[in-house]
This record gives sequence, structure tokens and C-alpha cells, in this order.
Amino acid sequence: MNKSLSPLAPPSYAATNAVFIRRSLTLSLRNTESLMMSIILPVMLMLLFTYVCGGAIAPGGDYANYVVPGIILLCAGYGAATTAVDVSTDMANGIIDRIRTMPIRSLFVVTGHVAASLARNLVASGVVIAVALLVGFRPNGSFVEWLAALGVIVLFILTLTWLYAAIGLVAGSPSAASGYGFILLFLPYLSSAFVPIDTMPHWLRGVASHQPITPLIETIRGLLLGTPIGDHAWIGAAWCAGLIAIALVWCGFAFKKRAGRR
Amino acid sequence: MKFAIEVKGLRKSFGDQQVLRGVDIAVPEGQIYALLGPNGAGKTTHIIILTTLVAADGGSARIAGYDVAAESGKVKQSISLTGQFAAVDEMLTAEENLQMMCRLSGMKSAEAKRRTAELLRQFDLTDAARKRVKTYSGGMRRRVDLAISLVASRPVLFLDEPTTGLDTVSRRALWDIIERLKASGMTIFLTTQYLEEADQLADRIGVINGGRLVAEGTPTELKARIGGEVIELTNEREQWSRTLATTGSAQDIGRILNGLAASLPPDTQVTIRRPSMDDVFIALTHQPSEVSVS
Repeated sequence: MNKSLSPLAPPSYAATNAVFIRRSLTLSLRNTESLMMSIILPVMLMLLFTYVCGGAIAPGGDYANYVVPGIILLCAGYGAATTAVDVSTDMANGIIDRIRTMPIRSLFVVTGHVAASLARNLVASGVVIAVALLVGFRPNGSFVEWLAALGVIVLFILTLTWLYAAIGLVAGSPSAASGYGFILLFLPYLSSAFVPIDTMPHWLRGVASHQPITPLIETIRGLLLGTPIGDHAWIGAAWCAGLIAIALVWCGFAFKKRAGRR
Repeated sequence: MKFAIEVKGLRKSFGDQQVLRGVDIAVPEGQIYALLGPNGAGKTTHIIILTTLVAADGGSARIAGYDVAAESGKVKQSISLTGQFAAVDEMLTAEENLQMMCRLSGMKSAEAKRRTAELLRQFDLTDAARKRVKTYSGGMRRRVDLAISLVASRPVLFLDEPTTGLDTVSRRALWDIIERLKASGMTIFLTTQYLEEADQLADRIGVINGGRLVAEGTPTELKARIGGEVIELTNEREQWSRTLATTGSAQDIGRILNGLAASLPPDTQVTIRRPSMDDVFIALTHQPSEVSVS
């Protein structure tokens, strides 16, 4: 074999991840329209709920305090949904084939998208919280409680993003991925995000109480507004840990299957 | 002779459709091998098996001495692939695409920058290096794509229909690049539907049809297989043409033309020429290639 063509040592896992994270972040920043939407849409939703529905739901005018934690999670959901489309797009074109013929862990291309989603969503959450403060959100959490709330938000974003990544891997096309993504977006509406659960019809309360969004929202409310948290923190964390584990395994299998499909 | 690519009895089915029905190929180091065939003949299936993307159902394949199934890690360190569809990030610039792939190949930042600049120069992309790939022409995209697959200097290069969809100028430019790569010592395995391309580039050509290798040899050998000369009859007014194989001797040509003369329209023209790859292809696969006229 030609001596000048000596193979390079493959990059470390950390270096590979760094490259893919940088790629996904750059792609996110360049996809200006999508980036704008992921920030503007949650803000619009919050204004919609506070001003349009707020008067009817809470005539006292304190609805902003109630709804902001839910909006933060809803916004994370919208932002994370893009991950399904991004992952699916990578699978549909030739990029994944080239990456898979290189001596690197090709699944890390998905990690890159997850990291970018986390970054996008944290920025969007920041904007939502800033606007919320302008329209009457009056949190009373300490610095530590804010940090804890940030932790909950990060955990939730990661959970949803990994689920969306798996959806992106199993979806037949980017547009199908975008369609499936909508299913997860209904979860916040069936939780205590917008109205207290005890105002719902009896049969729906079971669904609304036993899904991951309700304990997470109640935890954030407790941390930022001082409402009782109770078991919500542990239940929410357990939901997220379980779902992330499922999503990771699902991603692993789906990636293998998908990448070998012709 | 050392072989860079050795394929034995390769079989693959997708569902109940048999795509490869036992193919044997051996490519010596430093040569260009062209797999020639119509759409659906099994060309891309070959590429994806040899590049470890998909497992074969039967038979074996070795790249640079490593088994594609058992030693895929070693194989991946020996190959690079330019697939049928440009595998570049359109929202990134050529420079960014190249640097990313350099880093993924294990280069440090400085080395990646140096290699990127070198490849941009080599592929005549320096001027457009900082523009996003989505603004590029088809030929430029192909060049970026090919440049990317060369970042790590792997000894075996796979090209799946490298010039499909390109205009003549871009195609010639790509041919030049492929010939230069061969001169640098690379082994190149390419698929094509263009007979001219295989004829021009390849040391050996395998003609594939229906998942089987129906013929193999050097371009000259393949052309020799259908005889010495070809008689081509054309009628411009009625817009048809026909080719007939002949040994090339005066007697044979005379016999064929005498037999036909009475039945041909009066303004039919006769040309006698060396067989082209088109003629070989039609003769071997019994199906007209897209370049031929019936």
C-alpha cells in the first residue's frame, strides 16, 4: 500500500461530539426563520393565554403567575420538535452514509442535534421569562430555587428532545417527522399547565395527573412561586429519567435499523 | 498482484427481490474499476455493501485485505465514499464542510485548516470557499463532495455515479480529477451508466445487469468481444439507425450489405467503424442503453 496514505487515528468521542454539536449549532443559527419561530411562537402563546384567555380563566388577573411555568414547558416542546425534523433530514440525505463509512461513532450526529436543541430552547425560555416579567409574572423564588427550576427545565428539554430525536429516526421523511411531533405537543394541554386539574371532567383528571408534565409544572411553580411541591419533584424527575432511558435505547435501535434501510 | 478490493460470490436481496446474485470482482491496487450497468442493476447495492453500510446475505468482500463484515472498523479506515447524492451541508460553506470532515477524520485544528486550504485549491474552490454550498452549481457541489471524501487520504475511494446529472464541462473536469487521484496511487471503484465514462477512466470494466456480472475486461477486450467492426445504417429522413456486428473482412461486410440492400430505403447511409462501448453494452445486456437510438 502507498506509504504516503497512512491512516489518521480516529478522533476521540469527545472530539467527535464537539464537531457535531458545533455543526448543529451553526445550522440552527443559519436557519434564521426556524430560530425566530422557536422564540416568537412561545412568546405569542404566552401573550395569548395571559390576555385572551386569562380574563375568563382567572378573573382576578393573576393568570400570568399561574400560566408562565406551563408556557415555559410548552415552548420547550415546540423548540424540541425541530429536532425530529433535523434528525430525519440528516437520515434522508447522503450525509449520514458518509459519516457511517468513517471510523467514528456515527450516532453522535444525533447528540449534536440534541445539544443544539437544548441551547435553542434555553434561549427561548429566557426570552419567555423576560417577557413574562413584563406582563405580570411575579416570582418570589430565591437564587437557589431559580437554579433548581433551571435544572428542571433542562431535564424536561433533554427528555423531549431525545424523544423527538427517536421520532426523527423512525419517521419516513422530514415532513412525516414534523407531523408525528405534534402528538407530543398535546401533552401540556392535558396537564395542569393552563387550568387546575380539579376543574377538568372526572375521567380526564386521571390522564392529567399521571403524565410527566403535571409534576414538572407543579415543581417549577413551587420553586418560583412558593406553592407546595410535595412529591411532584421526585415524580417529575423519575418520569424524565425513565423517558430519557427509553428514548436513548429507542434511538440506538432506530439508528441501526434506519441507517441500514434502503 | 495485491488486490485492494476482492469480492467473492456476493449476494443480496431486499425483501423477495434479488439484487445481487453472486458477483466476483477483484481490483488490483492503484487501478480504476468501473461497474457499468443500467438503473436497478445492483450498482449502488455493491457500493453500500463494500463501504460497510449494509451487510451482504452471502459471499465475502475484502477491502485492503480486511473483511467488510468482520473488520468493518479497519475497512472504514481504508475507504472513503462519495455517494450518489451530494453529502454536504448546504447551509455551511465549502470551507466549513471540509474543516468539519477534517476534524472528524482526527486532525487537529491547525492541520484541518491546512488540509482544507489545500483541497480548496486543488478542486478550484478557493474563490467560493466562504459561500454557502446551497448557492453552488451542480458541478461545484460534486467537487466539494469529492474533496470531502479525500480529506483523510484513504487508499480506496468509492464513487457512486460521480457524474450523473452534470453537464459536459463539469463531467470532463471531474474525469481529470479522478485520473489525477489514480496517479497519486489510489484504488478507485466507480459505478456509472455512461459507457463513455467507463471507457475513458477504467482499467477494467464490469458490466452488471440483473444482479449478475455479464461481462468483464479491459475496455479494449470488451469491445473486441463483439467483433472487429460495426456497420451502422442510418436514415436521416426516416430518423432511424441500426448497428450490425461484423468480423470486419470485406467478404463479411459485402455479404451483410448485399443481403440488406434490396430491403433498405434508397437514402440509407452506411458507416463502418470500430465498435463503441454502446454497442458492447447493447450486445451484452440485450437492452438499449440511454445513449443509443433505435
